Amino acid sequence: MIPTITAGDTLRFVWEWVPSLGVNVSFYIDGLSLTFALLITGIGALVMLYSARYLAGHVHQARFSFYLTSFMLAMIGLVTSDNLLALFVFWELTTITSYLLIGFNHDATKSRRSALQALLMTGVGGLALLAGIILIGTTAGTFEMSEINAMPGVLTGSVMYLPILLLVLAGAFTKSAQFPLHFWLPNAMAAPTPVSAYLHSATMVKAGVYLLARVHPSFAGTDVWLWTLTIAGAVTMVFASVMALRQTDLKLALAYTTLMALGALTLLLGNESGYTITAAATFLVVHSLYKAALFLVVGILDAQTGTRDARQLFGMARAMPITAMAAGIAALSMAGFPPFLGFIGKELKYAGALAVASEPILVAGAVLISSALMVAIAGIVSFRPFWSKSGTPIPDVKEAPWPMLVGPIILALLGAIFGIFPETLQSIVTPTVAAIVGNAEPAKELRLWAGVNLPLFLSIATFVLGFLLYAYKVQLRDWLIGITTRAPSFDNGWDRLMAGVAAGSKALTRGIQTGVLKHYMYVTFATALVALAFTLFTQTSGIPSVSWPQIALWDWLVFLLVLLGTWLTVVTNSRITAIAGLGVVGIGMAMIFILFSAPDVAITQLLVETLVVVLFAAAALKLPELDKDSFGKRPFDALLALGFGVVTTIILMKVTTGPIDRELTTFFETASWPEAFGQNIVNVILVDFRALDTFGEIAVVLIAAISIFALLRAKPEPQAEEDQP
Amino acid sequence: MNSVILRAGARLLALLLVIFSIYMLLRGHNAPGGGFIGGLIAATGFVVFAIACGTEDARRALRFDPGSIAGAGLGIALLAGIIAAIFGDNFFTGQWLFINETEDDKGIPLSTVLVFDIGVYLVVLGAVLSITFALEESV
Repeated sequence: MIPTITAGDTLRFVWEWVPSLGVNVSFYIDGLSLTFALLITGIGALVMLYSARYLAGHVHQARFSFYLTSFMLAMIGLVTSDNLLALFVFWELTTITSYLLIGFNHDATKSRRSALQALLMTGVGGLALLAGIILIGTTAGTFEMSEINAMPGVLTGSVMYLPILLLVLAGAFTKSAQFPLHFWLPNAMAAPTPVSAYLHSATMVKAGVYLLARVHPSFAGTDVWLWTLTIAGAVTMVFASVMALRQTDLKLALAYTTLMALGALTLLLGNESGYTITAAATFLVVHSLYKAALFLVVGILDAQTGTRDARQLFGMARAMPITAMAAGIAALSMAGFPPFLGFIGKELKYAGALAVASEPILVAGAVLISSALMVAIAGIVSFRPFWSKSGTPIPDVKEAPWPMLVGPIILALLGAIFGIFPETLQSIVTPTVAAIVGNAEPAKELRLWAGVNLPLFLSIATFVLGFLLYAYKVQLRDWLIGITTRAPSFDNGWDRLMAGVAAGSKALTRGIQTGVLKHYMYVTFATALVALAFTLFTQTSGIPSVSWPQIALWDWLVFLLVLLGTWLTVVTNSRITAIAGLGVVGIGMAMIFILFSAPDVAITQLLVETLVVVLFAAAALKLPELDKDSFGKRPFDALLALGFGVVTTIILMKVTTGPIDRELTTFFETASWPEAFGQNIVNVILVDFRALDTFGEIAVVLIAAISIFALLRAKPEPQAEEDQP
Repeated sequence: MNSVILRAGARLLALLLVIFSIYMLLRGHNAPGGGFIGGLIAATGFVVFAIACGTEDARRALRFDPGSIAGAGLGIALLAGIIAAIFGDNFFTGQWLFINETEDDKGIPLSTVLVFDIGVYLVVLGAVLSITFALEESV
């Protein structure tokens, strides 16, 4: 498969799922999918090996492996799906598995909070994305991304472009933690370190970037796209790299540099030029390699020394030489030193920044600042803990076992190999760029030595600035801590938002759920009345004149009976009498059914009335007496009842005077005997023509019975205790 | 309520109602009746019995827990649909078997439609009784 893709071809596999809705399980492999899939499976395998040892002996190790493999599956599905709805399903699956993995240490409050925060943030983004996807589908007429990308201008030229773009960006920015939706990602570091390395650095958080790259051919090229991505990316990049310097926890520092990388990728994807996209494709690989390696190294430090505080770790290289070496190589790639892949990535970033369509100087400046900070942070994360002599090493520390070392070493070495032999990486970067740009725009060549040019000078400036920042890191950090503790934090804002939502829903619930049955009935009937009356007066006009037909004596008698029952119910002070009165009304109704030759309905009505009276009579013994002389004291009730009666009467009059479509009746009358061998149409409809409906109904009957049974049997706790001898 | 006459009468009435309910169930396809009505009639019979003799006796007479009866009914109704699917038709398409069929007489008609109606009967019976019994016992 790999040679096919590197040759510039694409693969597609379609399996129809819900063809009537255009939902297919279709997979599409091009350079972009392949790059991601290789990162996911490659880093995934190393992380699996690592975590087998990292979590060895943990009670829930099996559960952890299950979550991690599920995530890997979902992530591969995400990057290979062609159908946007299938992509959404996988997208949500990664959100859920990420939630489970962040909350893996579920007995810690902080883990649970972080997991929930990540779930809600990415979940809301996911919903926005779904709305965007549906709009895309209705605009373009298909959900297959490969087909949409083959129709240039179908989205950018549409009036729906702006809403679609905003919704898709909401999904991508929450997933890839762009400022100001970034705060969940540093909190997600509550997960075990292999998870942070895998999900929250190398793969899942790049899903948003992947989405931006995937839709790039049909979205890019507009001012909105360019400026939104450039500004969001640049702000995230600079903000995150400054925040990274502030951290004393090495893992958190790495988390913020991940944010910086995501910002850089977003920034680069805002453009269309060959340089910027090549830079994005390369930097994607570079970052995944060195960042996963460094996370795993921090995990090793944490596991072997018991701390990952930058202020306590010094000179550990003597105790753990192999870890130190892997960390060193990865960090050199991160800082962008030649001959590592990071250098190529950085040179391309500068070249790309200078080629952006928006503000080359500003963007290049932002890249310069963040790259210089990367140099400083690379030093803090992997030079100081291993080589610095400004503190005493923690004693009695052993080198990590080999399964934990394999991952960082391979990932770090890959950064070096790809740096020295960039043509090996070129073969996959070229089809990736082609996939992102959407046409045969040639990818720029990856070269270690690109000659003396502006990016080279910017690189040198980066190193100088980076060393200066490293030298003054402690002062800078204290200064930053001073600022950030005074500034309002997003995390506190989140807490306030959550508390507000909880308080709001509590107030709403208290308002709606009064617990008084009468109030529920008011609301139900009033809503129905308003809806019916509104429709009646806006959609139709006038009260139809009914020509009074010959009314037989029987009809009059039934009418009087119903009237009598109603009167009895309204005026009585006794519950039993009221129920009996209602029963009389019900029997009157049954007689009307009989008069109009609907025996089945009449029998059912009679039986139900009988049973209802029995049930009510049983319950009435426990109910309090009705208010004495309540007659005339509940005008609102009377008004509601009268209104409902009037509206129903008008509707019935309209129905009976208007034309009735008898198509269905005729069908059932003619088809009942020949097709279903039954002469009782009502029954044939119930059990044969509409059997599925009936099945649903009896299921509801059963559920209702179970619920009522449970309600009746549920007793207050203290009473249950008394029952026990 | 402790009246010998009522109890004796209720027993007889309940028996008649249950038999009548089965008659209503079976004739339902061609004349007024059917599973829903049949189930309600049978339930009325047991309710009368329960009022006269107490729910304990009524439960014993019923032999099965009303909730289980309703659940079984739902299962039987579902079975009628599945049978159709097994024979290759759409879910819930009626499947018919005419025993002793002749030119002008259909013989004894057996069908999944009847199976379905029996399911409805049992659901209605079980649901009504589980509510009624629980209500009467809690008062």
